[in-house]
Amino acid sequence: MYELFKNLGSWLVSGEQWSGSDGIGHRLAEHLQYSLLATLVAAAIALPLGLLIGHTGRGAFVAINLASFGRALPTVGLVVLVFLASGLSMWPVYVALVALAVPAIVTNTYAGMNAVDPDVRDAARGQGMRWYQVLFQVELPLALPLIMTGLRLALIQVVATATIAAYVSFGGLGRYVFDGLAQRDLVQVLGGAVLVAVVAVVLDLALSGLQRVLFRHRPA
Amino acid sequence: MTTDWSWIGDHTDDLTTLTFSHLQAAFSAVFFGLLISLPLAVVAHRIRPLRGLLLGLSNVLFTIPSIAVFVLLLPVSGLTRTTTVIGLTIYTLVVLLRNTVEGLDSVPAKTKEAAKAMGTRPLRALLTVELPLALPVIMAGVRIATVMSISLVSVATYIGDGGLGQLFTDGFQRNFPTPVIVGVVLTLLLALVADALLVAVQYVLTPWTHRKQRAA
Repeated sequence: MYELFKNLGSWLVSGEQWSGSDGIGHRLAEHLQYSLLATLVAAAIALPLGLLIGHTGRGAFVAINLASFGRALPTVGLVVLVFLASGLSMWPVYVALVALAVPAIVTNTYAGMNAVDPDVRDAARGQGMRWYQVLFQVELPLALPLIMTGLRLALIQVVATATIAAYVSFGGLGRYVFDGLAQRDLVQVLGGAVLVAVVAVVLDLALSGLQRVLFRHRPA
Repeated sequence: MTTDWSWIGDHTDDLTTLTFSHLQAAFSAVFFGLLISLPLAVVAHRIRPLRGLLLGLSNVLFTIPSIAVFVLLLPVSGLTRTTTVIGLTIYTLVVLLRNTVEGLDSVPAKTKEAAKAMGTRPLRALLTVELPLALPVIMAGVRIATVMSISLVSVATYIGDGGLGQLFTDGFQRNFPTPVIVGVVLTLLLALVADALLVAVQYVLTPWTHRKQRAA
């Protein structure tokens, strides 16, 4: 075990490991690209959906159970299925990652909207606010903490799961995990895993920092 | 992409075996997850400084890709079912630990004081007052952990196990989508049925939560 971690240290700091198309720098950039793009697409789909369900109160059953469905969906199966349907392209990676992120964002967005005090909503309407004013000036700001929780949760899961891109012959940090598995090179697997975990934790901290800066005028 | 549905009829025996193996892995993981997280949660609930440490640690475990966890366990337990169960158990801990701590936190202080005032010893109070009252939140965690485990078992296909996940690698290697579709659908069905069963178990275990509504 000690030997493994000592080798991990030298693997992580060696200069040649960081450069070139198989280097950590390039793999890191690929991994970030997959994760961030997938999360952005998922947010573009899931946020309007969650806000709509929360605002109208229709489809609440779907919003609550979508998270459970998302957890139940086997990512490996989905990746293989899309791969067989689309051939060698980025589709399997992005479809699987977006499918993973959408339920978490929808459910948390809905939960945030649902937690808004109905009296506050009524008061806003009573003051003559239009539906979009109620949505964007009252409900959305109040729901934001839970919406951000959903986005952070989705991002962490997407970063950890983007590893699977390497299974369908693409890059990212999963390259080290799958290549290490094939070559029985545990140092490489551990290196890849540690890097993925670090990326997930750093991105999560960055989002929570952003949240704090953006909404510092409000009590959390 | 050509599907062949007669494949299902020809492989019912394999599918049954894989389904049971799949369920066995998932349920073992939740069982061991509970066995580990219950005492840990009691400790985290009582000793505040340990709480952040334990919950933070379990959060970090969650960010490690599952495939890497399985591979890194290979030197410890090899290409066996044990590796699958240990890996899955690690993932259930994240959910189970947090929900059990939150469940224990949700027990009203007055109820605990009442138990103490009636001379209930701490261990007895924990087993007969605190844990039963925490059960709804704990069961919510058990449901999430179960559904998650059922889905994650298939990742172990990369280390030669994985229950229904073997259908994914099989379909991938042979460029044959039918087993993949069957595997995805069966996994979703298993998760749905297991979740529904757990809801029923919770209903039976916490009669006071619905008895009150009837009286009102």
